Amino acid sequence: MTSNIKQQVRQFILDNFMMGGTAEIPDDASFMDRHIIDSTGFLELISFVEESFGIQVSDDDMVPENLDSLNNIERYIRKRRGAPAATGQ
Amino acid sequence: MWLLHDLLESTARRLPEKIALVAGAQRYTYAQIEADAARLACGLQARGVVHGDRIAIFADNGVELVVSIFATLKAGAVVMPVNSLTKGDKLAYLLNDSRAAAVVTTQLLRGIWEPAITQAPSVKACIVAGLPAGDGDGKLSSYEATLAGASLGLEPSLLIDQHLASIIYTSGSTGEPKGVMLTHLNMVSAARSVNGYLGMTGDDVILCALPLAFDYGLYQILMGFMVGATVVLERSFSFPVKVLETMASEGVTVFPGVPTMFSMIMGLNNLSQFDLRRLRMITNTAAALSERHIQELRALFPQATLFSMYGLTECKRVTYLPPDQLDIRPTSVGRGMPNEEVWLVDEQGKRLPNGSTGELVIRGSNVMRGYWEKPEHTARRLKPGPYPGEMVLYSGDMFRTDEEGFLYFVARKDDIIKSRGEKVSPKEVENVLYGLDGVQDAAVVGVPDELLGQAIKAFVVLRPGFKYDEKDVIRHCQGRLESFMVPKHVAIMPELPKTDTGKIKKTGLA
Repeated sequence: MTSNIKQQVRQFILDNFMMGGTAEIPDDASFMDRHIIDSTGFLELISFVEESFGIQVSDDDMVPENLDSLNNIERYIRKRRGAPAATGQ
Repeated sequence: MWLLHDLLESTARRLPEKIALVAGAQRYTYAQIEADAARLACGLQARGVVHGDRIAIFADNGVELVVSIFATLKAGAVVMPVNSLTKGDKLAYLLNDSRAAAVVTTQLLRGIWEPAITQAPSVKACIVAGLPAGDGDGKLSSYEATLAGASLGLEPSLLIDQHLASIIYTSGSTGEPKGVMLTHLNMVSAARSVNGYLGMTGDDVILCALPLAFDYGLYQILMGFMVGATVVLERSFSFPVKVLETMASEGVTVFPGVPTMFSMIMGLNNLSQFDLRRLRMITNTAAALSERHIQELRALFPQATLFSMYGLTECKRVTYLPPDQLDIRPTSVGRGMPNEEVWLVDEQGKRLPNGSTGELVIRGSNVMRGYWEKPEHTARRLKPGPYPGEMVLYSGDMFRTDEEGFLYFVARKDDIIKSRGEKVSPKEVENVLYGLDGVQDAAVVGVPDELLGQAIKAFVVLRPGFKYDEKDVIRHCQGRLESFMVPKHVAIMPELPKTDTGKIKKTGLA
């Protein structure tokens, strides 16, 4: 399950943002630092995460700690999925 | 104050311990920025940089970028800021077009600049922030080691305010980026005029999330340093919530933005949790705010004055709307800024009275010296002014005036698209599309987009035997164009409408 989250997000990024070829995305690479995703691209990434993993990303959660690497996204999605329904947005 | 770097030097003498720059967790005083800029200037000269050389500065927003700008000027050289989203082939083009003598950049962008400098024989030195130890060779050297090792023996400056301070590349309708040549006089004049009407003071704290390669971003540093303000520099606007947190914690008073940034903020539901009571001024340029956006922004930030402005890299800023006029004529971009004259002309260049529609012409010390080594392009924009030898700028933008002379944008005379506040040349995108094997025809237009203002849409006809989908085409462009130039929509077409002479007809494409 763990690697599946990363795999899905990685594929989404490769399909939508990467510059062709065989560019790799290390698990801990900052999308912002490496110019993998730009400011409006993050909005598309958030929509993808919401649709694919059935969660709502609240405004407060739109921070690099949750979204700016494959590791961070996986940690965030797992945390949100494990969270009690009462804290949902 | 005659030269652009004088504004840092004089503020550093006056307020050495004042915080000039906040970048991430780091804070830098005016004395620190000044000292680092002097050291890097010596380092540039030690690597063979002489007066008039062009220095490409290719980096994300950060202290190195700010120091490099002033170091270049102190060394008597010309600042050439390059957007950090630029891809390798275009960077090589820019380095060759300007014959840049040196590049100051960062290790993070190595994948882009390393191949580019091998194609640019003019580049004698490349100074890299974050270069791994032991990686320096003939051309490459570390930014940090350069600062540490510099002897403070700067060659005496021979500059006057007629020398070039900067070349800023801008998209042109021909698809070839053009270098806008700006003198020290141009830039000091523009910074002084804008500060004048904004009423910027040394107590201001400016939040800059605009790239410094974009003149609107660059001027936040110049204008802030001119008055001894503090500039809080953000890497990007990717995480608006983070930027708002910083605005609250730093007590930001001035927030310059473009409509896409304001749209992103207005889309948030948690704005009220940020204490932005000190915010006293919001400025907008690059593209017009809609009336709805103006109303929403003022409702969200009632404590802040909103300045609607309009500008061109060729003269920095043209107009601003005095905030007390915002309720009277919300869609106007205002009138000429202090120490600048603007008017409208008809097709024959004849001056038009108020209440007319025509091309906007600009006269002032802020008007560029032309496009770098492009005399024909320059001749189209710079034409004789009222006195012998004086040139005025034909903006290429159509405006109308009301009875009192306030200006309203009508249309561009060329087909440049404005997306996310950035100028995009359809031709430049089409050239990249034609580089994809099997593309027979390509046409690029701007289509309305809620967030971006205009989104880039490409229409592509493929040769028989080739099959690409929308994503293949977009991916090809992502590898070659800055992200804001990459088409958001692609339509694969069986054919495109043509004129009688066989040219692609774009009217009706959407």
